[in-house]
Amino acid sequence: MADTVQFDLVSPERSVASLEVTQVQIPGADGDMTAMANHAPTITTLRPGLLSIDGPAGAASFVVTGGFAQIGADGITVLAERAIPREEVTQAHMDEMVTAARQAHAQAKEVFVNEPGPVDDAAKLLADMVAMGDHIGLSAN
Amino acid sequence: MPNLKDLKNRIASVKNTRKITKAMQMVAAAKLRRAQEAAEQSRPYTARFNAVLGGLAASVGGSDSAPKLLSGTGSDQVHLLVVMTAERGLCGGFNGNISKLARAKAQELVAQGKTVKILTVGKKGRDAIRRDLGDLFVGHVDLSDVKRLGYDNAQGIAQDILSRFDAGEFDVATIFYAKFVNVVTQIPTAQQVIPAAYEADEEAGAATLYDYEPSEEAILADLLPRGVATQIFSALLENAASEQGARMSAMDNATRNAGEMIDKLTIQYNRSRQAVITNELIEIISGAEAL
Repeated sequence: MADTVQFDLVSPERSVASLEVTQVQIPGADGDMTAMANHAPTITTLRPGLLSIDGPAGAASFVVTGGFAQIGADGITVLAERAIPREEVTQAHMDEMVTAARQAHAQAKEVFVNEPGPVDDAAKLLADMVAMGDHIGLSAN
Repeated sequence: MPNLKDLKNRIASVKNTRKITKAMQMVAAAKLRRAQEAAEQSRPYTARFNAVLGGLAASVGGSDSAPKLLSGTGSDQVHLLVVMTAERGLCGGFNGNISKLARAKAQELVAQGKTVKILTVGKKGRDAIRRDLGDLFVGHVDLSDVKRLGYDNAQGIAQDILSRFDAGEFDVATIFYAKFVNVVTQIPTAQQVIPAAYEADEEAGAATLYDYEPSEEAILADLLPRGVATQIFSALLENAASEQGARMSAMDNATRNAGEMIDKLTIQYNRSRQAVITNELIEIISGAEAL
């Protein structure tokens, strides 16, 4: 049995999960990464995606958006603005998130006419949302 | 001397009032428990968020490239005061205390020659601020339809503030809310959110050197706007708990006062009744004697 590490998933409204795990797959801003016990201390921002954990208590996955993950000696902490267990995610959640991302994109296009940076960020956010939807079998209408 | 009928009516009406205030107190107690739970549950997020942001701010904050949300615009001429109050009254001095603090701050800033803009959250604060400082009023966030405060509400307010900041409408933003201490004590508090004042946790910051992905600056730029939302969220939750706490103690007082009043009126009623009886007896006896 591999070493376990303390894992906490916290959203602003409540603590979503807190348990011992063997590995955590984090949707980082620069790409997915898997953290196990004794990982080098790292802080990364999150892109919207699926966070998966595997451990003695079984595997689980959560849909997370916005926030960051902190991997330290005392455990792995993920702070996400929204964290929902995958099985509880409904089409309604998906629609809401995609609509919000679309609006942000449209707004960014209006506000930052000559600056590509924020518009690209918003477009990426939207694309990430849609990709996540495809991944868990919900369409982004 | 008021007649018996009037006294009786009066007692009945005070009794009704007492029933209402008692019910309001119990409702407030139940809501307070929920509000406290919500505040409790948000604490781990806020604490960790601030710890990480504090560490980042300490390492990046000194450089010239630090984001404006952290280092400020370089001026403090225009202040935005975000006054958060309740949507409803009947909660003692809760709304009044917050508005009073904000008003004092606004007047102090105006006296220093600064420009003040006021954004209100909650109907009661808006009404109080509009009365005296109507010309400084720039906007209002309506939360009267919100049943249960969520992070989304805080995000909405934060976005409103941030877009005003990006548009250069102000240099410094301060939020006003009441910090919940216990049921009888809520402290009106002013907290500066832009530029952010994060205190680095020295011990934790020095102990671990983190790898940052992407760069420290990019993470900081991503997290600072979220930090504003987080601060507003925790202020909203504190405020919600304070409001219910204040209402609970106000209604408790009202219930007790009503009880005292009922006792007094009852004594008065009994005395008058006895006086009437005595009078009647005297009349009967003196009538009988006259025969």
